[in-house]
Amino acid sequence: MTREDVRSAIVKSLTSVAPEVDIATLSPDVAFRHEFDLDSMDFLNFVVGLHTSLGVDVPEADYGKLATLDSAVDYLSTCLGVTA
Amino acid sequence: MPALGADMEAGTLVEWLKKPGDRVKRGDIIAVVDTDKGAIEIEVFEDGEIDRTVIVPGQKVPVGTVLALIRTPIEPAAPPSVAEPSAAPVVAPPAVTSGPPAVPSRARVSPAARKAAEDLRVDLTTVEGHGPGGSVTLADVERAASMARIRPEPGDRTATMRAAIGAAMARAKREIPHLYLSTTVDVTGLLAWLNRQNARRPVTERLLPAVLFIKAVARACAETPALNGFWTDRGFVAGSGVHVGCAIALRGGGLVAPALHGVNVKTLDVVAREFSDLVRRARAGSLRSSEMSDATITVTNMGELGVEAAYAIIYPPQVAIVAFGRVVERPWVVQGRLEPRSVVTVSVSADHRATDGREAGLFLAAIERALLAPEAL
Repeated sequence: MTREDVRSAIVKSLTSVAPEVDIATLSPDVAFRHEFDLDSMDFLNFVVGLHTSLGVDVPEADYGKLATLDSAVDYLSTCLGVTA
Repeated sequence: MPALGADMEAGTLVEWLKKPGDRVKRGDIIAVVDTDKGAIEIEVFEDGEIDRTVIVPGQKVPVGTVLALIRTPIEPAAPPSVAEPSAAPVVAPPAVTSGPPAVPSRARVSPAARKAAEDLRVDLTTVEGHGPGGSVTLADVERAASMARIRPEPGDRTATMRAAIGAAMARAKREIPHLYLSTTVDVTGLLAWLNRQNARRPVTERLLPAVLFIKAVARACAETPALNGFWTDRGFVAGSGVHVGCAIALRGGGLVAPALHGVNVKTLDVVAREFSDLVRRARAGSLRSSEMSDATITVTNMGELGVEAAYAIIYPPQVAIVAFGRVVERPWVVQGRLEPRSVVTVSVSADHRATDGREAGLFLAAIERALLAPEAL
């Protein structure tokens, strides 16, 4: 698995929660929860989606590390031991 | 055509999921109806056998119109009963059709095809089926989509939903003498309990504060039944269970408040699972008729939007609605000492014809007690 795989898993989970969002318009360093108007149920479903696709069970205390696309890629890559 | 909420005047039959001769039992989904609030799955209210269908897919008919006739086990001969006993008249007013071709009772539509038809906004009544037994398949829907027989644009849906909400809320403000009470509850303990719970739960079983709020309201309803039920011509009628309507904002605009059934007698885990499923289906446009018509009280959670306190409008014929604001950190006096605490403002709007400030106050106090003892929820 590569960082690019992690990124696409994040994007996939995000778009399944908020199908109308255009990922192309998202800056990788902008907090997407606010940007895409995700409520707590949406965000939980996003985290569940990550668990399904990547097998990572993100603890609630670490939700902050999933704030932006970049930080989420970093965090999940570390969890998965992905370096490239 | 059942009344799927106070703001519904008519619905369009999308498809039959049962055909004459099929045996049905209470709770089975027999049809899909399109409303201002999306496609709703219609559940049957009694056991029996479909005698015949009266309305064909594509027809738009007023609430109260007979959709189909069901022969029940105790009436083996003819006298038909209605598919959906509701407050609406049993005798059908003249059907107002929107004029699509009278499709003979249509063969089955595969679930994938139905989903695709929703996504691609294809009118299923216009799709010719080429699957087994003439059933409509995914390929049929995609072919139809490319030929562009399009249902109303989402923009139209948002506008009609807004008009329907406006009509129901205007009626509520016109007819219901609202009384409003609020209190601010210290939820520090509740959040700490929730954090401990979630820390040891897998992500798929984590609880949201909203679920605890809903459960606390249900608990209060069981203790103070005067706010749980309906206002009718005969006055207040208590709900037969505690069915909590949950206001759910739809992505793209509008909102629905479908019911979670029997919340007071279900465990927190079951309520959490059902709430998650309800939100998902509300946003996907696949709610069930009982969810649209059974709510005995409504809960709205405005905290997500950063609102500190809200005073909501009652959804008729219910007699109360509870609004939660945002959880905020505030200086709070606890046993004579000033401490930072997490607090939330809870309000109840109640129908003064059905109840009064005293009962509503007791109800609010019951919600507070429930929130202060989360482990008992």
